[in-house]
Amino acid sequence: MTAIDSSTDGTQGAWLRSDVQDRLLVLAAGGRWNMASAVRLQVDLEMLEGPSGGLVELNAAEITGIDSTGAWLLYRTLKRLREEGLETRLVNASPTVAEMLDQMAANDVPHPAAPPVENGLIRVVRHMGETTEEIFWEVIDGIAFLGLVMQTLGGTLLHPSRLRLTPLVFHMEKVGLNALPIVGLISFLIGVVLAYQGATQLQKFGAEVFVVDLIGVSVLREIGILLTAIVVAGRSGSAFTAQIGSMKVNEEVDAMRTLGLDPIQVLVIPRTLALVLMLPLLAFFSDIMGLLGGGLMAWSVLDVSPGQFIERLNGSIGMWTFWVGIIKAPVFGLLIALVGCYEGLQVANSAESVGSRTTRSVVESIFLVMIVDAVFSIFFAYIGI
Amino acid sequence: MEVINDDLPTTAMAMRLRGVKNQFGAQVIHESLDLDVRRGEILGIVGGSGTGKSVLLRTIIGLNTPQMGRIDVLGEHVAALGPNDRHEIEARWGVLFQDGALFSSLTVAQNIQVPLKEHTEMSDVLLDEIAALKISMVGLPAEAGNKYPSELSGGMRKRAGLARALALDPDIVFLDEPTAGLDPIGAAEFDQLILRLHAAMGMTVFMVTHDLDSLHAICDRIAVLAEKRVIVCGTMAEMMQQAHPWIHEYFHGPRARAAIATKEA
Ligand SMILES: Nc1ncnc2c1ncn2[C@@H]1O[C@H](COP(=O)(O)OP(=O)(O)O)[C@@H](O)[C@H]1O
Ligand SMILES: [Mg+2]
Repeated sequence: MTAIDSSTDGTQGAWLRSDVQDRLLVLAAGGRWNMASAVRLQVDLEMLEGPSGGLVELNAAEITGIDSTGAWLLYRTLKRLREEGLETRLVNASPTVAEMLDQMAANDVPHPAAPPVENGLIRVVRHMGETTEEIFWEVIDGIAFLGLVMQTLGGTLLHPSRLRLTPLVFHMEKVGLNALPIVGLISFLIGVVLAYQGATQLQKFGAEVFVVDLIGVSVLREIGILLTAIVVAGRSGSAFTAQIGSMKVNEEVDAMRTLGLDPIQVLVIPRTLALVLMLPLLAFFSDIMGLLGGGLMAWSVLDVSPGQFIERLNGSIGMWTFWVGIIKAPVFGLLIALVGCYEGLQVANSAESVGSRTTRSVVESIFLVMIVDAVFSIFFAYIGI
Repeated sequence: MEVINDDLPTTAMAMRLRGVKNQFGAQVIHESLDLDVRRGEILGIVGGSGTGKSVLLRTIIGLNTPQMGRIDVLGEHVAALGPNDRHEIEARWGVLFQDGALFSSLTVAQNIQVPLKEHTEMSDVLLDEIAALKISMVGLPAEAGNKYPSELSGGMRKRAGLARALALDPDIVFLDEPTAGLDPIGAAEFDQLILRLHAAMGMTVFMVTHDLDSLHAICDRIAVLAEKRVIVCGTMAEMMQQAHPWIHEYFHGPRARAAIATKEA
């Protein structure tokens, strides 16, 4: 006779005693067959074997409590024994226990296996194909969205009263004013790093003073605006997607449509305009902070005084160097806002989708900013500025 | 009829609330609220919209800390429990939130397995079997197990949420407006489901509801939330005798008469 018992110090758990008498397996179950204790018997129950072709008798007289997990464990054990060709019988079961076991039988429906995991290689290939197709349609959709926004924007310009001023100002504050500290700090630090690295290299040629040209050209043409665009894509592009995406999940966007409000007009236009207007200002601020950081570093490492710095800057950097950076700003602002809003409107009906769309929005907008920046470079080189 | 009865032994009580006060900013939601819930009963909570039924439920399960008062659940003073005991008592109740609150990134079966994995050590096979069992017990088709919540209808989501709430065979289930948003047939089926599960598993049910049919069909007792506290708590028959204007209107209004008519039919 063997016994399995899940009782732990003091608290009585489920137990099961088995006794083989010739071709009869007598099981006596007792104690509290609830989730906490019965689960500890699962392995022992799975090992339980009866005399082949014989009879199993489960005596449930001493079961003091049962829940559905405990009942399921008993039920599945009897079921397995039956499938192995034994006959099973339940004796001395209280009405509760009998009822629970009946419930188990009634609810024992074959459950479909989780869809099989396909071969890794096939999955990679399939994923690649699907992603490519998806990108293709996203590009088409994105262009359509650009057209839609431009059309709405045009309509707004013709009828300025349609423009929602309060949200515009609100978003201008959020994306512009509130971004000043972080944009300023990063630009300042990059200016410092650039000046320091440039100085150590240029010193080797005794050409220290060219550090001003280096800082001036790189900060004004590229670094100021690119840094600003990247920070804004991370800060505001993602926020646009998350805001519009949560509204989508809440069916607020649908509600808007039924109320005769155009989501493009209400949600997209203020955000887009705010970014288009604010990004040049932020880029300008970033330029100034970058020059300030570079100038301070040049002063302290190379003894280029502020006066010399400004003079040299004035002499060697043309006005167009500055404008080349600033001209790009509204375009980048438009890109970031469009991608952010587009991805927000693409959100499907789940929280997870908000997260994945937000990630995409940031990655895509930074990627597009880089591409467009390269196109601008080629264009400016072509026209010779 | 009285809301509280200190003569009853604590062991007969699933929950005991004394002097609970909840406040958000300047808005007082509950003040000196007392309530007793007996073990094994189905208690319905009714009250006007915004009277704080959901807040009361959240307070009992510890999602909201009351400003004052004491709450005992299953004989334990919940606020005074350490993290381990708290974890243990959480396994003894299940909650069905208003829209199911299923995890959207998991399938229904995985949703049901979340508490099982957290609180027990089951083999993967057993996990799958128990999930399938609960899915069947709440009347969902077996295929629903591999579906994501967004692929289910509102009624199915509620059933799936109930299956998750029942995963650990809890002693108490909390239901927040379980039949709201279901069609009358779906709502009646849900009532019967709760009644059947209650008969099989004997748990205590704490149900916030506006559904007069549910109140008639399944509640042993009804607690009325008004004037920032539970003003009366008793059986349906006792509710019908109440003179309080809101209660009278609630249980004698046109919809109540229709519910009684269906009940008698
Ligand atoms: N987290 C919270 N902060 C502030 N007020 C809240 C909060 N949760 C609920 N309330 C307020 O408490 C009141 C009761 O809400 P609730 O319990 O949801 O009502 P109901 O009885 O309809 O379920 C409402 O007026 C609501 O505005
Ligand atoms: Mg509520």
